[in-house]
Amino acid sequence: MNQNESSAAQVGPSIHSIGYGTYVLIWIGLVVFTGLTVVVSGVDLKPLTATAALTIAAIKAILVLLYFMHLKYEPSLFKTLVVVVVIALTTFIIFTFLDVLFR
Amino acid sequence: MNQTANVTSEMHHSDEIGAKLGMWLFLFTELLLFGGMFILYAIYRASHSHEFFLAASELDTFIGTINTLALLTSSLTVALSIEALRRGNRKLSITMLIVTILLGIIFMINKYFEWSAKIHHGIYPGGEVLLRMSDGEMLFFNLYYVMTGLHGLHVLVGIVVLSAMLLFITRGNQSSAIKLENSGLYWHLVDIIWIFLFPLFYLIS
Repeated sequence: MNQNESSAAQVGPSIHSIGYGTYVLIWIGLVVFTGLTVVVSGVDLKPLTATAALTIAAIKAILVLLYFMHLKYEPSLFKTLVVVVVIALTTFIIFTFLDVLFR
Repeated sequence: MNQTANVTSEMHHSDEIGAKLGMWLFLFTELLLFGGMFILYAIYRASHSHEFFLAASELDTFIGTINTLALLTSSLTVALSIEALRRGNRKLSITMLIVTILLGIIFMINKYFEWSAKIHHGIYPGGEVLLRMSDGEMLFFNLYYVMTGLHGLHVLVGIVVLSAMLLFITRGNQSSAIKLENSGLYWHLVDIIWIFLFPLFYLIS
């Protein structure tokens, strides 16, 4: 019984286990994207510079969220909450910009 | 008997979900805290883009890149530490946790040298060189100090929290798994914030 409980705490039935290799692969991806963002910043894209940098940063953040932070394997409640918060933050940013641009 | 075991494991499970949910809610407040500053940065960068470019060229891209790699790698090691603890490999978990803490310390040491060089050149809020610069450059450096400063504070807190976890795990505390996971979530959030800070401050050229 006691043993049963402690094993359930360590590898609960619904806790999805990610292999060590997957984590290393994600890390390699993150390092590659970091290199890419440094290289891209050296290229003169004028208006697209910030867009390119933010797009790469967003991809990296999504990789960290989904795999390192396990969001991919969490109940849908967690995913919904994250999406809601990101939408809220984006709304704040857009509306602040609207105010500044059309003042 | 079997049913009791099921119920206990069920309760344990939902308790872990509750603990994690609480952590995520806290992370959301952190996101909004930094989000406000990112809005400020975006607005001022839009209105003073040329001065922001000038000011950003003062920052050392090399140190920024090294620090990015240090934080990304520390995110990997803390994830590995959690996975190892789940699989009952306590030794690997402890090793990975120590590597994570060391990488956090390396990040802070780099930050120390970076800031001291800037301060030495008179570029700090109220510093004589900074006061002679244009409004846009002043805004850039003030935002730089506030945002990377607050982020650095989070790294420091993360180092303290992870060190406490290290103590828990070496003592063989049974409930350390979920605690380590939540500390890991915090560490990853700090990493995500840096992922955005890095291109916004170091890579404008």
